[in-house]
Amino acid sequence: MKNEYDIMVVGAGPAGSMAARFAAEQGVSVLMLEKDRDVGYPVRCGEAISKVGVEEFIPSDDKWITAKISKFSFNAPDGTEVILDFGEAGYVLERRIFDYELARTAADAGVEILTRAYVNDLLFDDGKVAGVKYEYHGEQKEVKAKVVIAADGVESRVGRWAGLETHIDFRDMESAVQITAANIPVDQNTLYFYFGKDVSPNGYFWIFPKGHNKANIGLGVSGIIGKKKSAQSFLDDFMSKHYPNAPVLTKIAGGVPCAITLKKISAPGIMLVGDAARQVNPLSGGGIASGMIGGKIAGTIAAEAIKMNKLDHILTYDKAWADRLGKRHETFNRIKEGIYNFSDEKFNNIAHSFNKIPYEKRTLGRLFTTALINQPSLLVDIARVFVV
Amino acid sequence: MYRQAKTGKLMIEILPDKCDFCGCCVGVCPEDAIELKEAEIFIIDPRCTNCSKCIWSCPIEVIKFNRDGVLAK
Repeated sequence: MKNEYDIMVVGAGPAGSMAARFAAEQGVSVLMLEKDRDVGYPVRCGEAISKVGVEEFIPSDDKWITAKISKFSFNAPDGTEVILDFGEAGYVLERRIFDYELARTAADAGVEILTRAYVNDLLFDDGKVAGVKYEYHGEQKEVKAKVVIAADGVESRVGRWAGLETHIDFRDMESAVQITAANIPVDQNTLYFYFGKDVSPNGYFWIFPKGHNKANIGLGVSGIIGKKKSAQSFLDDFMSKHYPNAPVLTKIAGGVPCAITLKKISAPGIMLVGDAARQVNPLSGGGIASGMIGGKIAGTIAAEAIKMNKLDHILTYDKAWADRLGKRHETFNRIKEGIYNFSDEKFNNIAHSFNKIPYEKRTLGRLFTTALINQPSLLVDIARVFVV
Repeated sequence: MYRQAKTGKLMIEILPDKCDFCGCCVGVCPEDAIELKEAEIFIIDPRCTNCSKCIWSCPIEVIKFNRDGVLAK
């Protein structure tokens, strides 16, 4: 452990680990700090990911794949089920092992890792971020860095201390609760989504299989809904109605910042990645793959900046992210806003008309087209991000 | 107490024994008034304005208003 590093990464989730790894692979020195005692645990939220999203970063491994996904099941409030089949295209992960393995790939690239290191302030030099202050085993410490990469998740406090506007509107925060339950006899290759105001207003309720009839079950609710009824309360209602006796193996809470990327995700000496930068796909709420992409771009640019001895180069990160995914997320966000306030009746009607399309011709793009047929401007957006 | 002086007898309180340390409240807090460590959470009193956004965003209802010693949403 040194007193000074080229790059410091705060947070060892998927985005942080990838930022650290891609920087270290270019030969610069990297220290990654994690506040919890374990990398990958406690898990916060989300375990579904596309195969393509994973394999850009790590070869598929049965160690952290609990289920292989080939179908979506969308369930309308009146019970109508819409099934989409797309071949083996996704996984449900065991996050606590997955995150750990990602951090291991960072370590293999030369990243130093310190757990139980709680970052509580930044160091500045001439107005630029120049390192972090952190608490470790009860002692306050400091370490300097040329670039700090904040991967501190939904809290995103590090960016705030650097003067970036990271605070998230409570309406965009999907506060989620999820359990892993046993004895849930659903198809082990299907992701189930439930819609409707009684189940999950303005969002979706999910059941993701995790092998051996275990399942990840949960939902997120926006602060608007949370004012009246919490995610926990919706989950309790669903479980007592459908699976009253299912043993619960784990229960966790977590927040998903369902919004477009922050206006500014870099400033002199600092870059934000993952949830801290709001790199979540605002339509699906998925953030593992996009966070890893954000981390890769940031880590790569940060290392380039150090090698060129031109630290201003990190400011090109905003545009690099926008070009790779940021603009795409804006399109997803418009689609989300189009369907956000649909009534139960509307969901039922969509399911009924979509089920008239022959099974082999059903795609996600067609489903959204059916849903938004009366909003022509959004059909252009759908064509932009889905195969229709 | 500063918060009490600003808002009479309404005070936001986090019940640490029931908290899952998920960070939702920290993300939505406009004043950066919540400190969240590995398994420790507290409100930084001089910053809190009792705006309630943390209450609305808590997925498991562990943030409450303390009204004269009675906890309510």
